[in-house]
Amino acid sequence: MNLEKSSRALFLSIFIIVALAESVNATQDIKKWLRPENIPAPIDNKITPARVELGKFLYFDPSLSRDGTISCASCHNPLIGWSDNQPKAIGIEDREGPRNSPTVLNTAYQIRQFWDGRAKTLEEQALGPIQADVEMDMNLDILLSKLNKNIGYVALFEKAYPSEGITDTTLAKAIATFERTIVSTEAPFDKFIKGDKEVISKSAQDGFKVFTGKAHCADCHDGFNFSDGSFHNIALGGTDEGRYKIRKRAAWFHAFKTPTLRDIAKSAPYFHDGSVKTLKEATTICATGGRYPNGKNVSTFIKDRDLSEIEIDNIVEFMKTLSGKILSILVPTKFPQ
Amino acid sequence: MNRVPILILVVLSFLCAKDYIVDQKGKTFLPAKINAKVGDRLIFKNSDSFSHNAYSDDEGNEFDIGMQSPGQDIAVELKAPATIAVECAIHPNMLLTVEVK
Repeated sequence: MNLEKSSRALFLSIFIIVALAESVNATQDIKKWLRPENIPAPIDNKITPARVELGKFLYFDPSLSRDGTISCASCHNPLIGWSDNQPKAIGIEDREGPRNSPTVLNTAYQIRQFWDGRAKTLEEQALGPIQADVEMDMNLDILLSKLNKNIGYVALFEKAYPSEGITDTTLAKAIATFERTIVSTEAPFDKFIKGDKEVISKSAQDGFKVFTGKAHCADCHDGFNFSDGSFHNIALGGTDEGRYKIRKRAAWFHAFKTPTLRDIAKSAPYFHDGSVKTLKEATTICATGGRYPNGKNVSTFIKDRDLSEIEIDNIVEFMKTLSGKILSILVPTKFPQ
Repeated sequence: MNRVPILILVVLSFLCAKDYIVDQKGKTFLPAKINAKVGDRLIFKNSDSFSHNAYSDDEGNEFDIGMQSPGQDIAVELKAPATIAVECAIHPNMLLTVEVK
């Protein structure tokens, strides 16, 4: 009898411990998908209203391009998922860039910028497109001289960066600060993960299970931003060497950064070469080993996951739940003079 | 004759060389910081279910272990005194600092 009681007590204890452990794991699992409350910023470029205001003017101002026709927003448009719906970026005089315009959304949380990660910070990134001949093609000295003669900008820079002047550093800092504030808004998935099981369809819920399980999408599209910032050759083919162009490291051959999936339904076409029009096609390519599975340095993450068409459709339905409302910002129509 | 004590020191140094296990787990180097000395080795393990890498571009201690499959162990000898940064080429969020004396 005592033995039976002891056995029951032991069984109950084990049950409670297992239940507690599962509860802790579940909490940890949920936590990693939650949107962070704060936006990270460097110590020497904290986010202030004056810096955001200045950065916003600069971001939308076409006078930052050589011929005054395009701004940062031309390729990174807030109404088009902070991208442009073009396969490749289009610069001044309709010059075509080598890659698809990546979204600016949630770049504050990335530790490498651009498709090939060649910039470590948004400040490092900010001046690249302004000077690139296939983008805004602006000479930086001419731009700084122009801004220094603009009374409106002189006052805004002084307010944002007192006594620092208008330099390449403060120009980059201001644009980076505005970009940093472009973060994803609450999406149906965010409500779902916090417990509202009715807010997304059964198909999307099944898709999330496949996404994090059998399909292994979350091996790379991980965390609240659905990107762990990793670099992979996903076997798309083509001549663009990706991160390998920066340094001839074997692991970087044809490797590109894992993009965020936040608001992904708004920013087709997909991949660094903009070669894919739909999320279904993009998912199918990743989940079947890529276009050229036997290519050099194809990521070991890219494999045929043996998914059914329904499973792929469900993953797409799930990805659509990652779109939030358009970030509420007042787009300037007049610029400092 | 004067070279004998130096030779003894070198031999002793190699005899005392230590191996430090660096596990790649949950896309993190564990531990994230190591204090070692010249001649010691870093033994990279991969406890994740996918590939990793480890490299350093710091002068005197340059290395790149290439693609490391799950379960594979790869050793790297520390060659020069310095503070070196080790990254995973696939996951740039992963950082390891090694103080080599």
